[in-house]
Amino acid sequence: MNITRRHMLVLLPAAAIAWKHVLAGTPEASPNYTMSEHWWGMLIDLPNCIGCGNCVRACQTENEVPDGYFRTWVERYHVTDYDIENPHVDSPDGGKKGFPPAKEAGGKNFFVPKLCNHCADSPCTQVCPVGATFISPDGVVLVDKTYCLGCRYCVQACPYGCRFIHPKTLTAEKCTLCYHRITKGLTTACCEACPTGARQLADLKNPNDPIHEFLKTHNVQILKPYMATHSKVLYNDLDGSVR
Amino acid sequence: MNAFKDAGHLFRLAAVFVAGGMAFVGVRAFLVPKSFGQYGHYRGNAMAEIAARPVNFAGHQACEDCHADVLEKKKSGKHVHVNCEACHGPLAKHADDPGSIQPAKLDTAVLCVRCHEANIAKPKTFPQVVSADHSSGLPCDTCHQPHSPAITAEETTGGKK
Amino acid sequence: MPGVEGFMYPNEVELQWSVLIVLYPFLTGLVAGAFILASLERVFQVQAVKPTYRLALLTALAFLLVAPLPLQLHLGHPERSYEMYLTPHRTSAMAMFGFVYLWYLMAVLLLEIWLDYRRDIVVLSQSTTGWKRLIYRVMTLGSSNIDEHALAIDERVGWLVTLIGIPSAFLLHGYVGFIFGSVKANPWWSSPLMPVVFIFSAMVSGIALVMLIYMLVTWSRKEAIDMHCVDTVASYLFYTFIIDFSLEMLDLIHRIYESDESFRSLDFMVHTKLYMSHIVVQIMLGTVAPILLLALTQVLKLSEMARKRIYVLAGCLTLIGIFAMRWNVVIGGQLFSKSFLGYTTYKMGLITREGLLVAIVLMVLPLVILWVLVKLLPPWPEKSSGSLPDAAPAH
Repeated sequence: MNITRRHMLVLLPAAAIAWKHVLAGTPEASPNYTMSEHWWGMLIDLPNCIGCGNCVRACQTENEVPDGYFRTWVERYHVTDYDIENPHVDSPDGGKKGFPPAKEAGGKNFFVPKLCNHCADSPCTQVCPVGATFISPDGVVLVDKTYCLGCRYCVQACPYGCRFIHPKTLTAEKCTLCYHRITKGLTTACCEACPTGARQLADLKNPNDPIHEFLKTHNVQILKPYMATHSKVLYNDLDGSVR
Repeated sequence: MNAFKDAGHLFRLAAVFVAGGMAFVGVRAFLVPKSFGQYGHYRGNAMAEIAARPVNFAGHQACEDCHADVLEKKKSGKHVHVNCEACHGPLAKHADDPGSIQPAKLDTAVLCVRCHEANIAKPKTFPQVVSADHSSGLPCDTCHQPHSPAITAEETTGGKK
Repeated sequence: MPGVEGFMYPNEVELQWSVLIVLYPFLTGLVAGAFILASLERVFQVQAVKPTYRLALLTALAFLLVAPLPLQLHLGHPERSYEMYLTPHRTSAMAMFGFVYLWYLMAVLLLEIWLDYRRDIVVLSQSTTGWKRLIYRVMTLGSSNIDEHALAIDERVGWLVTLIGIPSAFLLHGYVGFIFGSVKANPWWSSPLMPVVFIFSAMVSGIALVMLIYMLVTWSRKEAIDMHCVDTVASYLFYTFIIDFSLEMLDLIHRIYESDESFRSLDFMVHTKLYMSHIVVQIMLGTVAPILLLALTQVLKLSEMARKRIYVLAGCLTLIGIFAMRWNVVIGGQLFSKSFLGYTTYKMGLITREGLLVAIVLMVLPLVILWVLVKLLPPWPEKSSGSLPDAAPAH
């Protein structure tokens, strides 16, 4: 049994190229990836979310997110039928360890996973004074941490609370939509770890992506549409009380 | 001509400003990263650097290439769409060199309740139990096999009580 | 979680902008205000405020030199701040900071001071000795031409610079307001009135500061305070304050009457966490009280002593009030969740990089710089015993 997986893959040339880069993480990764052919987003299928916190944990290990900060998190909503505009929301440790039994009975209850919306008109990249955060040609909002000043203006400008300052590097941090994975043909860590398919990576430029069929047949909304950020994280069956 | 001479100090000041401006232009050409502006107002190389990060989750495709038997077992059950690493955790190192890292044996008493512990906010159709009442402390895999969790008639009679 | 009421998005619990970012608009406000007061004399020919002209310019310079320090200290990577000059992002209000600041410092303030002091500098470069002489020599740029034609040219150019300087001062502080006013994600900040309110509050604080410094300096030099001058400055303070107060009330009433989705959350905040700093300190103590005090001096015929005391008290209250206003904008805007469902708490460090101690040092530093500037470039040539002899070079 001296044949490692790497050896096996040499025998399967098509997969081998991608896999080699997946593991080596070399900058010239995935030579067959062309930025202009993609426009990334994500579908959150809310009726499938069970609040297990797998996505939060997966994101933390995949991206070394420091404790107490979140690139993705899960909120639990409790909406009473007499005051639908003022939901009770909790998210203990971002839902990383799941959720304790609810304090209040009755009403409407559901989970909402949150992450960077990878807005096409992102207020955070607009305010960056030096061009350290930007929208990549494939539609992902990224931070160049070797160029970031740490002025925190972008954190203030995000309407969704998706950014934070990394306590060690003192630069802005956020969801990269697992850019190191999606450019190698993999899905994001949170989608990979989601047991119910409540999170699905979507390539809006790929005509064969199932997202297109889904959008035709479901009630899909985005968060805070009045912010006009052209968010690309699409929520199926989103309740009006979610903010 | 006299006015020209009397404004001499202003020309000196202007020279200081021009020198400062030229120094700025020179320094700027030297300090701005080469790939800046390649795609937009940012460093073009930044994307390749971010993409260069190694992965931790290998992805189910990689698991299934070797563990076809488990895939087969899953196909018959409700967990068919649950990816391997959703329960087993990130195992890219194992996928790279199976000998290097052995996945830890999972404790079903901890694992299963992450998803199946009853919570009012979970979708009504999702199978959930109050674990304390449901199994009286027995680990889940006493009755359920995680790769295909439904209890078949054969297993119920043959399994431990 | 400690310090959190209700629900915050998890990344919102920690405040991003600290007391140093409160200082920054406070300091630039003083700069803009002091400069606008100085330019009154120059452009609008208000002879009454002439005794404060040079002092106001030096005050503006002293505070302008310190203004970027709190920003630098606050940055995660101050060593990269030069990038703001190299690759300024056009869509960012903050990116324009570097350029507006540089423009104001180099093209307006330094230029105007240099032109106004050039005669003094040349004289001093000849009368002093040692390292002082060297400094003045450098400042002359090697030209000692101070005959009346040259000075007449300086006067004309200086007038032009002041004329450009007024909109520049508005720009300097207006854009600071825009940095906050343009954040659409934050309803406490997002308002087109923000830059205007910032400019008028800047004028209020700058005028109050120059008035106080003038009274303090004159008193410490044991000279008589020019009451006509102080009365005029105080009346300017009064009228600007009324405009500033009206604008702030307009903003407040508009928010209360419109009661948009954020109102419940903000209203709760103003009545709890911000009650002291907003209602009590900013509005009552820092705005209404000085306006009433100044109004007294306008309607009643008070003795000189009473007026002096009222001016000092009103000036101090004004500065406290404007500082509270900056505090409420910067800190208040970060205490509530953008989900409008919860509140966090600001914990100020004591001796951390962005703590209270640093803030106090940064408040005192401009006064130290001003002291040095006054020593170097005395604003009162006519009576400063011997330090500034007449134009004719004696030696």
